[in-house]
Amino acid sequence: MKKIQDVTLWQLFFSFFKIGAFTYGGGYAMLPMLMREVIDKHHWATEEEVLDIYAIGQVTPGIIAVNTATMIGYRKRGVLGALAATFGEVAPSLIIITMLAAILHEVRDSLLVQRAFSGIRVAVCALITQSVINLAKKSLIDLPTVILFLATVVATMVFSLSPIWVVVCAILSGLVLKQIKRESL
Amino acid sequence: MMYLELFWEFFKIGLFSLGGGLATLPFLYNLAVTHPHWIAAHDIADMLAISESTPGPIGINMATYAGFQALGPLGGFVATMGLVCPSILIILIIARFLGQFDQNKYVKHAFYGLRAAVVGLITFAGLKLFSVTMLDGSHLRLAESVLFVVMLVFILFFKKIHPLFWIIAGAVIALLLQFPL
Repeated sequence: MKKIQDVTLWQLFFSFFKIGAFTYGGGYAMLPMLMREVIDKHHWATEEEVLDIYAIGQVTPGIIAVNTATMIGYRKRGVLGALAATFGEVAPSLIIITMLAAILHEVRDSLLVQRAFSGIRVAVCALITQSVINLAKKSLIDLPTVILFLATVVATMVFSLSPIWVVVCAILSGLVLKQIKRESL
Repeated sequence: MMYLELFWEFFKIGLFSLGGGLATLPFLYNLAVTHPHWIAAHDIADMLAISESTPGPIGINMATYAGFQALGPLGGFVATMGLVCPSILIILIIARFLGQFDQNKYVKHAFYGLRAAVVGLITFAGLKLFSVTMLDGSHLRLAESVLFVVMLVFILFFKKIHPLFWIIAGAVIALLLQFPL
């Protein structure tokens, strides 16, 4: 990695502003843009380091893109660097969504807009179904995980359990299940 | 005080949503139940559509939109700050003290259970979305259901095409066929 003084806070902010402005869909979609800015252009980190940071971003709470920005910013310029990178990452969203929400607020009673959105909602349903299928293939790998999946759906749909409790219970189940597995070996 | 409450609600979402932008979705449905004056369950589908069609992380886009819906432009800013705050705090702690956090045995074990539950949570959000879009009382809406099946087949077949394309296609088809409202 380059020495700390080589990077200004403004550079961090602007680089992550670009990453935020040019990635659609966040999370996994940000990786190519992140690599281009951080590795190829500024040489702030090696490819291996970026992938490590990205992996940490995935296993910590919150938005993966934000976690990654915070981590790289911190490594380059400490706490202020972390803040600069994170604000850069979220600034395009704040600007674009606030403008769009304001416009939609004005026009949402129009018949055309309502009709368009009734079709858009169908598309979103289909996209979510695709995401669920993809995630299920990767995450439901044995009987305990399938049971945990079904239990989550029933607990939230039928008993309206808060997602917070689902997350807490799932973490505990993961720890206990792996412990049992090891002891039975 | 309203802003403080909004900040706190999104702080909790940031703290407990693991596994990418869509993971915030079930929390938003929960928020529509606990704070119906802020956002309505049937608005969430539109929020998601906007968030998927605009640049930036989906989770951030949805927080900005939901916050705007609840308390106006400043609400959008407050909600987004609430969402990223736990991330910043946790990442700073990890960066400082736990270098190999993702390699930790217990973190891996926890994620074995967590990944399954996250699929369940997103399924829950999907079912909510489905009932708003496809159901009219207890009846299935015909035009919407047919379009859903057709689109899903295409999406699963043409995996590389960007979600934005399908969202625009949905809008165009609904306008052309004059979907019943």
